[in-house]
Amino acid sequence: MDKLWLIIQREYLTRVKKKSFIIITLLSPIIFVALFTIPVLVGLFAGKETKSLVVKDDSGVFVPPIDTSARATFTMSQEPLASLKATYKSTGFDGVLYIPALEPNGEKLKLSYFSEGQLSLSTVSYVENRVAEQLETKKIKEAGYSEAVIKNFKTAISIDQEELAFNEEGQLVETGKKNSAELATAIGFVSGFIIYIVLIFYGAMIMRSVMEEKTNRIVEVIISSVKPFQLMMGKILGVSAVGLTQMLIWMVMTFALSSMATAFLGMDTASMQTSMPVQQPDSAEMASQASMVFEALASQNWGYILPLFLFYFVGGYFIYASLFAAVGASMGDDMGESQSLSMVAMAPIILSIILISPVIENPTSALARWMSIFPLFSPVLMPARLAFEPPWWEVILSMVVLAGSAVFFVWLSGRIYRVGVLLYGKKATLKEMVKWTFSSE
Amino acid sequence: MNILRLERVVKSYGEFRAVDNVTFDIPKGVVFGMLGPNGAGKTSLIRIITSITKADSGQIWLDGEPIRSTHQSDIGYMPEERGLYKKMKVGEQLTYLARLKGLSAAQAREALSYWFKRLDIVDWWEKKVDELSKGMQQKVQFVATVLHKPKLLILDEPFSGLDPINANLIEAEIRELARQGTSIIFSTHRMEQVEEMCDHIVLINKGKNVLEGEVKEVKQRFKENLFSIGYNGQLPENLEDVGRFFTLKNNTNQRMTVQVADGGNTNEVLQYLIGKGVEIGSFNEILPSINEIFIRRVNETVGN
Repeated sequence: MDKLWLIIQREYLTRVKKKSFIIITLLSPIIFVALFTIPVLVGLFAGKETKSLVVKDDSGVFVPPIDTSARATFTMSQEPLASLKATYKSTGFDGVLYIPALEPNGEKLKLSYFSEGQLSLSTVSYVENRVAEQLETKKIKEAGYSEAVIKNFKTAISIDQEELAFNEEGQLVETGKKNSAELATAIGFVSGFIIYIVLIFYGAMIMRSVMEEKTNRIVEVIISSVKPFQLMMGKILGVSAVGLTQMLIWMVMTFALSSMATAFLGMDTASMQTSMPVQQPDSAEMASQASMVFEALASQNWGYILPLFLFYFVGGYFIYASLFAAVGASMGDDMGESQSLSMVAMAPIILSIILISPVIENPTSALARWMSIFPLFSPVLMPARLAFEPPWWEVILSMVVLAGSAVFFVWLSGRIYRVGVLLYGKKATLKEMVKWTFSSE
Repeated sequence: MNILRLERVVKSYGEFRAVDNVTFDIPKGVVFGMLGPNGAGKTSLIRIITSITKADSGQIWLDGEPIRSTHQSDIGYMPEERGLYKKMKVGEQLTYLARLKGLSAAQAREALSYWFKRLDIVDWWEKKVDELSKGMQQKVQFVATVLHKPKLLILDEPFSGLDPINANLIEAEIRELARQGTSIIFSTHRMEQVEEMCDHIVLINKGKNVLEGEVKEVKQRFKENLFSIGYNGQLPENLEDVGRFFTLKNNTNQRMTVQVADGGNTNEVLQYLIGKGVEIGSFNEILPSINEIFIRRVNETVGN
């Protein structure tokens, strides 16, 4: 036990004292927050592209919107297109927009834009939408409806999901619990991805470290003092402590940084609101949407999701960490040729992340059920399903299988590790790895 | 009293018998040479003694007790393939290795300061291993092996890759440890070192113990009654009836090598030669070198 503790300590301390660890740990949250903040800041300070267009309208539909802060301003002109094309620049416009005459019952309308420069994608869609809106209004008017009626055509739709439950006598019990497909999907993806990234990152770290000890030949010195299994477990546990430390620092820093960022940005979004009312849902509507999200978030069963998330996290970590350790132990001295061997551990985890989309889209399908019970996939796929509340028996079965498999994989990898780590030179074949599992010590 | 006793130790890897029914004893306080060609099973045997692997069958006693993994702290092992953590500082690394052998932090520090002073490497403490030259790394490796004052020291090709200065230094340290009573197993295929350093040897070939004993005794056992005789002047022509006493193996540069016949007697040889008027300058017995014995035994066992 003492020796295991020494190994854990060394594995932990040598990693957290490394400069690269400190730099990555401190910079990542800053980069993460910057990824979200910089686009907003750029938008704030760089301003938006505003094109002033001169419009030649043969259809007779277009009325320039009065909106001044938009992506484009429109000035109508009766001059012939050819002369507009020649003079738009000298008269101070960015380009010429030509709206052709409407064909009777035309379902399509092709606009033309003439300019030295290009329109950005968002400006193009802004212009298209403005013209389309006005065309629609015109057509409806022509059909004989008043403007008030037209407004009434449009209805904002959303589905409010409320969960029902039945008691033992089969009677309906109102739970008052709101469900949200969007939110469950988001929680599913985020949980699955976090576990995926952590497993790959720390798994590869363990694999590299085992390979290093083997190619360095230090491993023979160490296991003349401790059991190979102790060395492997010490490494797995030590690296897990590194991971936990890193996440703890990230959580604290992300929280601190993002609350700083929102405090800063919050002010500006408020001031932005007054200057650009177009296209923005009014603030009352936004507030009600936000409160709906929070309500749905709060009504998620976190007391159920979080502990299970942790369980799958730990189970997955032990399976993949030990698998990566076994692969590292089977590698030869030539890292290049050994690369293919790492697919043994990489393939299942990559498959699980490929499966995450179909599983979340159909969380109750047979595929979702069985894949989230299969222990090499369940660490990623079951947490992805948890917010959709899969039947309890599936969760329990999957947990039992995962726990059993974690023990099995640690045992299996210990067997492979023990032999592989002492065989220098060539990388092992899968067949040899199987043979090692059943060989005596 | 034996520090180590092996009895009918067997270890197979699949079909291959790496260690085949090996039995031998290592007396306390000797430098014991374990010899054998590459791939003979020396490293497999050492890994069994150090509890890195387990024997399929057979028994091993260390200092009178059946061996268990707790004995790992009584053994110091320097593998042929040397290795240290490259990015770790020398002091930190040696403390770690000593503590894995069961020393407390304080004991480790004490042992380290003794060895650092002794080998004059005090200023290496804060250096990373990959900042040291290869020879320097070997010194560090040696310290790692002996820090915990093992009862049994196992050195697998300890001089391979060492420059002559460091080799002499390490050799002196090994002799000093032996003088203090540490038993040492010295695994090598370099025979001149065996003759220089070892009291006892065992010869392993194809996983088997093919020869074992005290170096002096082994040499006696394998001697071929060869003698070297230096003489002055010319040898007389008429040495035909010599066959009764010896056969002439070689004769150049006023020195002849003779093999005394079985049951023959060196005095008779000398009397005969003197009687023939040969002026004898010197007379020595030629004992076989360990190298010759090694090659003979290996070839014989290959023949089987």
